[in-house]
Amino acid sequence: MNTNAIKDLLYRMADDALIIAHRHSEWTGMGPLLEEDIAFSSIAQDKLGHALALYSLLHDLGEQQPDTIAFTRNERDFHCCQFVELPNGEYDFSLVRHFLFDASEKLRYDALQHSTYEPLAKLARKMRGEIRYHIYHGQTWMVQLGGQGSEESKARMQAALDEAMPYALGIFETTDSENEIISSGLFEGELALRDRWIAYVTEIVNAASLRMPDVQAITPVFGGRKGFHTADLQPLLDEMTEVFRLDPSAEW
Amino acid sequence: MATIISLDPRVTRAQIDPDRPDPLEPKHELDQFHTYEVFHQQKSGGRHVHVGSLHAPTKELALLMAKEQYARRGQTLNLWVVNTRDVVTMPSEDSEIFETTPEKKYRDVSAYMVRNKVEEFKKEQQGTKA
Repeated sequence: MNTNAIKDLLYRMADDALIIAHRHSEWTGMGPLLEEDIAFSSIAQDKLGHALALYSLLHDLGEQQPDTIAFTRNERDFHCCQFVELPNGEYDFSLVRHFLFDASEKLRYDALQHSTYEPLAKLARKMRGEIRYHIYHGQTWMVQLGGQGSEESKARMQAALDEAMPYALGIFETTDSENEIISSGLFEGELALRDRWIAYVTEIVNAASLRMPDVQAITPVFGGRKGFHTADLQPLLDEMTEVFRLDPSAEW
Repeated sequence: MATIISLDPRVTRAQIDPDRPDPLEPKHELDQFHTYEVFHQQKSGGRHVHVGSLHAPTKELALLMAKEQYARRGQTLNLWVVNTRDVVTMPSEDSEIFETTPEKKYRDVSAYMVRNKVEEFKKEQQGTKA
């Protein structure tokens, strides 16, 4: 199997997990309810664990140590989609992003359980429960603040959904390794995932009495997978690595 | 406009005006969510044990929050949540109905003389085997 194709896929997934973990963690201590603050922080912590597990797989393939990969790369070397970099905004946007992103994570990891790259298949099986919980959390809030919420909460969720959708579709940006990834049985590919994601998300959006944006008419925001990022990523990296950079050789 | 500068960059970024003209109204004393009682089941076939309560706006969210509050450490098979209002309880002034007269020892577990009978039965069993 082509190692570069495996690394490409792992970097994209790991960077998504790391960056969204950081964004979610920015709510810690500031969440709208005590219980929700704890839940969202816990999800952030899980995501960080996923990033570590994926960086460890990369390390096994000859890449640097996980901390080195996470904390010392330049912005251009990150392969996360732009969706995960966007600032948190208000809680409606954070929740909608969490739901849309974790719907893709759930379907991605479901498929990866059958990957021909056994270390990744094994990891996907191990993470299954956590990711099921993440999407359950996201879906429950969508329904609560959509159809079961107030006029205001419903309008806010709809606005957040409309705003998020072009970026969410950017999750499925392909790279030059795409054909290799599919033909080797590593993964089903981003386009197949995208189709399943649209069907899944549409169902929940309907259940939440919200309106699914017309995805065929939306131009996805691409670039992240190839190292082109929003102006929001560099400040995030500066803040995330601030303590690490004080003493990169420190033992934690 | 002066904003709050904090060591926490998130607070600084939020650009909070310390002298905002429309200060936040404090909530009324009892203006909060219902409480739900949480019951935790550790293993298949095991009892659901009351582990505490939490605030939530709906039963769906109560279940979601219960997962985080009461099932994040240790083994969990399932959870129940019950709106505290749905728990039927005895008025506290009626608690004396649980009191009973002391001479009814035969109702207490300690009054059951089962051990002798068990020992006897075991001996009997051994006797039949031999």
